Amino acid sequence: MVGLITIMMSVILVDNFVLAQFLGICPFLGVSKKLDSAVGMGAAVIFVMVLATAATWPIYQVLDGFEIGYLQTVVFILVIASLVQLVEMVLKKYVPALHKALGVYLPLITTNCAVLGVTIMNINDGLTYVESLFNALGAGIGFLLAMVLFAGVRSKLENEAGVPDCFKGVPLTLISAAILSLSFMGFSGLFQ
Amino acid sequence: MDVFTPIIIVVAIGLVAAVVLTIASKVFFVPVDKTFAKIRAELPGANCGACGYAGCDDYANALTEDNTVSCSMCPVGGPDLVVALAAALGVEAGSAEKEVAVVLCNGNNDNTRKLMDYEGINTCKAAKQLFGGMNACKYGCLGFGDCVVSCEFDSIEMFNGVARVNRNTCVACTACVKACPQNIITMVPEKSKVVVKCSSLDKGAVTRKACDVGCIGCGKCVKVCNFDAITIENALAVIDPIKCTNCGLCVQECPTGAINSFKPIKYRAPKKAVPKKTPEEIAELKAKIEAVKKAKAEAAAKVEES
Repeated sequence: MVGLITIMMSVILVDNFVLAQFLGICPFLGVSKKLDSAVGMGAAVIFVMVLATAATWPIYQVLDGFEIGYLQTVVFILVIASLVQLVEMVLKKYVPALHKALGVYLPLITTNCAVLGVTIMNINDGLTYVESLFNALGAGIGFLLAMVLFAGVRSKLENEAGVPDCFKGVPLTLISAAILSLSFMGFSGLFQ
Repeated sequence: MDVFTPIIIVVAIGLVAAVVLTIASKVFFVPVDKTFAKIRAELPGANCGACGYAGCDDYANALTEDNTVSCSMCPVGGPDLVVALAAALGVEAGSAEKEVAVVLCNGNNDNTRKLMDYEGINTCKAAKQLFGGMNACKYGCLGFGDCVVSCEFDSIEMFNGVARVNRNTCVACTACVKACPQNIITMVPEKSKVVVKCSSLDKGAVTRKACDVGCIGCGKCVKVCNFDAITIENALAVIDPIKCTNCGLCVQECPTGAINSFKPIKYRAPKKAVPKKTPEEIAELKAKIEAVKKAKAEAAAKVEES
């Protein structure tokens, strides 16, 4: 149990997917303008990451059995894309409210490298099935954390601080992302 | 066989996914609103987001659910699409009040003065940043056509240094309103035809010095208006489009010609006052005609002789 929590905490703080491993930068910069959409995106990513890991880990065992583990990237993309499609259909039918809340983020996630990254890293690190699931959950929570923090920073900077005109928009976003990433470097070495 | 194993397995996974998705799309089928499907079919499907919604689906959804959403948000489809969307939405779309853009400035190259010659980048935005533009009137149209560039429907043009909107083809997308750095383009209801084409908030004397056709805030229009539709605010006449009946009295009354009407003018040719001729004059004319006739006959006779 302690091991599982350690895995989760280390992927949230030390090896944060966005701020330490630089995966999923596109939604991180694109969807972090407003806090509510950032939370929506983060929640969708947590959901898809856990689901994708749950599906791809057994499939990798099949691939490994036939000694074609090198095809994992192609197969994982295929599986994740169809999985998200399926989830979208189910949500649309039974939970239209959630489907509306997740909106366009759900299909966007199909091609998100953070989702593919977590599934492949689970395999590369040789984690067991349960460990993989917790790792994916942690990665999703880490993504949500980064999104929420960054959305807060951005809205504060854009609405309140007197930012010089030449820094407004993209330059300010990139600089504040870099500083946020630097601050997360302080967590390195927290867990063994 | 080693070569075929990965192929077979990947194909198998793909097939399983395809079958599952196909079955799922039947099982979890959600009936789509008919209007939505119709509108979605009309939209170009470029998913460019230029309408301000997240893709064509989102825009179609907004159109279906909300009657107040304008049919003319899509710049890709152009005017034809607007008509098609309105048709697909039925009567509701037609009943929404149509708006058109109008440029609130009349100052062309002839009737305005310039402070300086501007030779910088040829956009209104750039010119505006240099001491607020080269015009003597700091509110007026700069004439570099940022609005013309912004218009996806070719409905706005530069005419002798001032922008002009073609009210027939304007789809009220408000792109020009956003593009104008002077903020002199606004939306008015299509039915309001009488417009004060001036934005100058300066006092009358200052406006007069800069421009021959600016509103000087004299208040003549306020007095002549029978419907209390006009007020003077900051030395600028403002017409209330709700009270205005487009009677056009103020247009005639305005001493500078700042108030304009878009009503098609019924032009009546003035009766020509032909002065009556005195008997002497008539006799003179007759004599002239006789002389000409004689000369012609003589010339013909000469030709015959030779």
